[in-house]
Amino acid sequence: MRETVFQRVFAFVVGWGVAILLFFPIAWMVLTSFKSEVDAITPRLTFTPTLSSYAEVLSRADYLSFALNSVVVSVGGTVLALLFAIPAAYSMAFHPTQRTRGTLLWMLSTKMLPPVGVLVPIYILARDSALLDTRTVLVIMYALANLPIVVWMLFTFYKEVPKDILEAGRMDGARTVSEVWYLLLPLTLPGVASTGLLSLILCWNEAFWSLNLTTSSAAPLTAFIASFSSPQGLFFAKLSAASTMAVAPILVFGWFSQRQLVRGLTFGAVK
Amino acid sequence: MATLTLRDLRKSYGPAHVIKGIDLDVLEREFVVFVGPSGCGKSTLLRMIAGLEDITSGELQIDGRRVNDVGPADRGLAMVFQSYALYPHMTVRQNMGFALRLARVPKAERDRKVNEAARILQLEPYLERRPKDLSGGQRQRVAIGRSIVRDPKVFLFDEPLSNLDAALRGQMRMELLRLHEDLNATMIYVTHDQVEAMTMADKIVVLQAGLVEQVGSPLELYHHPTNLFVAGFIGSPRMNLMPARVVEVTGSGVTVALPSGGQVTVPTSASGVRQGDTITLGVRPEGLHVDSAGQIAGEVKLVERLGGLTLLHVTSGVDLALTVQIEGSDATRAHETVHLSIDTAACHLFDKAGLALPRLVRHPMAA
Repeated sequence: MRETVFQRVFAFVVGWGVAILLFFPIAWMVLTSFKSEVDAITPRLTFTPTLSSYAEVLSRADYLSFALNSVVVSVGGTVLALLFAIPAAYSMAFHPTQRTRGTLLWMLSTKMLPPVGVLVPIYILARDSALLDTRTVLVIMYALANLPIVVWMLFTFYKEVPKDILEAGRMDGARTVSEVWYLLLPLTLPGVASTGLLSLILCWNEAFWSLNLTTSSAAPLTAFIASFSSPQGLFFAKLSAASTMAVAPILVFGWFSQRQLVRGLTFGAVK
Repeated sequence: MATLTLRDLRKSYGPAHVIKGIDLDVLEREFVVFVGPSGCGKSTLLRMIAGLEDITSGELQIDGRRVNDVGPADRGLAMVFQSYALYPHMTVRQNMGFALRLARVPKAERDRKVNEAARILQLEPYLERRPKDLSGGQRQRVAIGRSIVRDPKVFLFDEPLSNLDAALRGQMRMELLRLHEDLNATMIYVTHDQVEAMTMADKIVVLQAGLVEQVGSPLELYHHPTNLFVAGFIGSPRMNLMPARVVEVTGSGVTVALPSGGQVTVPTSASGVRQGDTITLGVRPEGLHVDSAGQIAGEVKLVERLGGLTLLHVTSGVDLALTVQIEGSDATRAHETVHLSIDTAACHLFDKAGLALPRLVRHPMAA
């Protein structure tokens, strides 16, 4: 089908419009981070760029320790989720029972509950297990919170693998572990990678549990950002500088892995 | 090589019975073909033997050992799938060596076996390619190579040639037969193609609706079908069937009256039929001859000329459709009226239940 000029212009305008709309807050945040606090409360585009906010933020908090926490809990949560999700999705995709469908839907339904609804019990559990303000509690929480989406994505990727290939593997002498390791994982590696990437990003940006379950020693970058919001005084520029520093690593990471991500996010849509 | 024994093997999916009690012995070095219409359970039966489907009841033995609860990985069988099911991320060499790698066979021996299989199957130039870079026939050979390398107790084939074009199919048929001879292997082969069944099998198992209809050598099934289903299923074009009435029963055969008038005496035993019974007379297309003195008159509706053979589609009386097969290129044209005679030695009789009356003389080729 040939596009008409109108269709091309329309696609151009809509495409760029949506992109700019989505990118605007991030651009504005970056812009604000280079303003002085006085300039930051005005929407002016002309200002004298300054690094004073960055200097202030870095002098008040240990960015690297927050960043390290973010890396550890994101990677930890993702790896833990994958460790559980890979066998779970394998069993549901290739050995389904009558309850498989229901289990999948039930897993998804846990995402419909607002996290704050279980805040008190989780907090008490963490406190009584002496896990408050530890990376461990965040790793566990992130793994559990992402498990439904990770299982669902892997399940969808696994479903695309022809059953015959795994059966051929079984005839060749593969037991479940070798079947998954030598056949299923290599065949679905792009899918597993994009699932992991998405989980990493979700963990990195998660704020609710990190703010409620950690205070200082295990606090990731989301807590770092929040610490620059204050009820009085001017803080927009410092907050923006902190936010920019917090999202920069994952933005760069996302940029390099965007092909995998697009495949992951449109899973099921295209074969 | 191994023997295989099936004893009252059954399979149900909930209330649906798919395999309804199958007894079968597969001997050493035998080439056994499961044949039957779609949905008869032949693939399910093969997958039960492979271990890919659970056995609901009954017993499956390999070399006399019960293997119902042994997983597919431990039965020592190899299977070639209709879809080939090659591992797409591995080269041909890795595909063929995968089973050996899992079995922790040293690399040198693995390479030797893979090279040997590649030589047999003429796959040597392709060993480092991936499946997507191969043609259908080559993929098929890799799938076969993958099973050869393992030196399995029994080879299982699930309609392996049905994705190939006709010319390649004929060629692969010959290659499989040669392989069967060279490897001295026990093979079980599932197909719906009766040419494959007839040309390759030592023993054909005709299945219908989860039950065995008949087991026998190809020519035994062709010349001595035990029931109407097998008579109609084996042989192409199909056996002509017509209703007839028993006129006389003697020691030398059963005399029946044809619907078109006239009588034929078929040399079968009388088992249970009496004078006056309605019976089905079956005669293969090559058992009908155009003969001016013939008892059946009919109009030729259609002529199919295959060069070496000519098929006449004749309608006799109101609605009796008959197929006549003539050697060579016959001059008969459509809409002519012909008379047909019946070669009584080639006739079959089936009682009301569809069971064949045993023929008095065994065909010499149908041991």
